[in-house]
Amino acid sequence: MILKNIVKKNTYQDSVFLMSIAHRVKSLEGIEEVSCLMGTPENKKLLAEVNLLTKEGEEAKPNDLLIAISARDKRAIEKTLKEIKKLLAEKEVRKKEGEAILPKSLGSALDQLPGANLVHISISGRYVRWEAEKALERGLNLFIFSDNVPVEDELELKKIARKKNLLAMGPDCGTAIINGVALGFANVVRRGDIGIVAAAGTGLQEVSVLIHKAGLGISQGIGTGGRDLSKEIGGITMLQGIKALENDLDTRIIVLISKPPAKEVADRIIKEVKRSKKPFVVNFLGTRPERESKKIYFASTLEETAYKAVALRKKKAYKSKVFSEKKERIISLAKKESSKLKERQKYIRGLFSGGTLCDEAMLILKDLIGDIYSNLPLKPFLKLKDSRLSQENSLVDLGDDEFTKGRPHPMIDFTLRNERIIQEAADPRTAAILLDIVLGYGAHPHPANVLSPALKEAKKRGVSIVASLCGTEDDPQDYKRQKRELEKMGAIIMPSNAQAARFAALVVRRGKT
Amino acid sequence: MKKLLGKKLKVIDLGLESFHDSLKEQGVDVLHVDWRPPAGGNKRLMEILKKLK
Repeated sequence: MILKNIVKKNTYQDSVFLMSIAHRVKSLEGIEEVSCLMGTPENKKLLAEVNLLTKEGEEAKPNDLLIAISARDKRAIEKTLKEIKKLLAEKEVRKKEGEAILPKSLGSALDQLPGANLVHISISGRYVRWEAEKALERGLNLFIFSDNVPVEDELELKKIARKKNLLAMGPDCGTAIINGVALGFANVVRRGDIGIVAAAGTGLQEVSVLIHKAGLGISQGIGTGGRDLSKEIGGITMLQGIKALENDLDTRIIVLISKPPAKEVADRIIKEVKRSKKPFVVNFLGTRPERESKKIYFASTLEETAYKAVALRKKKAYKSKVFSEKKERIISLAKKESSKLKERQKYIRGLFSGGTLCDEAMLILKDLIGDIYSNLPLKPFLKLKDSRLSQENSLVDLGDDEFTKGRPHPMIDFTLRNERIIQEAADPRTAAILLDIVLGYGAHPHPANVLSPALKEAKKRGVSIVASLCGTEDDPQDYKRQKRELEKMGAIIMPSNAQAARFAALVVRRGKT
Repeated sequence: MKKLLGKKLKVIDLGLESFHDSLKEQGVDVLHVDWRPPAGGNKRLMEILKKLK
């Protein structure tokens, strides 16, 4: 095998496009590995870690395109490079044929789109503050999808936004639904009068989808970014969001969702909630719910949050459900799944793309099967020694920063998850692989298709595949089609993430409740 | 926030083109910026430029 690095000076391309190029040329004859990245120090470090960086590559600057090819011979490298150049040139042509002339900066974009009210940012985290500050100065609200943004930058941006009565959603804000428009990763849900403020991207997705499926809808879904309720940030965006929804005539009920928050921040927010005239349903994952009143209800899972909001809106009493289907049917299905397992296959391996969904599943599973190891564990002693290797029962959030440096989010790019599915299935102790499959705008156009080879491989080894499918029939991927195709591969699709976690527990317990 | 909730969204997209396409598909008035790292991604130069502003 020979390795070559090619540096194309001043050729900026976004990471999703570069990933698609690498993916397309990887199948060419004689190719072992191809990587197309911008020459940032972080990306060069990643290449070095997998032995794909040469001296030429080390010279690449952040604005240069760095192509690394490992191949059988020189001919294969030349052929691949030719194909990459062709794909890059095709994009340039598309660009020229598309929109008139694209602006090169925020300032010139504003000249072309006067009255713009939001900037949607998904550039590399290191440049976010530079651009976001300019946007705030010009009176624009922010939706920042980018992660790896320093916490001090987030605090500064949010302080400026608050002062200017602007909303800074994010950084690391996966989802928002503003005036019915899906931002980032979001599902197509009905409009209605339940407003959500969420420091949890997939939490917002799951709750909005379940509300939609219950026949109701969303007025606004404000994302805050996963760190908003940390001690450092102090819930700035959530407090602004609450105030905005209190004043919003289209919102009758307010739902708050957060990944495990800092206690003092959660307390401050609850204090605000108690002052409000509107009813609230609050789900701060991992916190002990307070006593409910007629105006404030607490929920511990995302499913409970959605159904409590629905019950409140329909003026009905909330009834908790472990499974939507009849218990007998679920137990019989779990027994059927576990009948294919060998005695030593006893662990759940969860591979998540949504951080909140991973958190929720861990909280549910710890009460059913005990300790859960993770890269982002509920307790420090349960941290995986190596995030790339599971131990006993493990749930991994593949959307965490350590996995997304230099590569697109696992909801867009399934490469890492597919590799890990095969890795977990090859472990003779794995009984069930638990997945969250998220549909909607921004996500992969056909998850069932891209998961197919890995799931079939896992099924061959007798491993049970349990998944939740977060999506609606109006999503671009079509919920029903995805469900049908996944079930055809032998996956068990549950109606919510909480139920998928419970069902996986039932499988490893061989159907015993 | 007066300019956001309940108002027609007009979006400037900086970053992944796929997000621009998703917004366009939803009928949103959106403009994609042909963005490049400021100062060629040179952190020191960025700091100097910031001070000059």
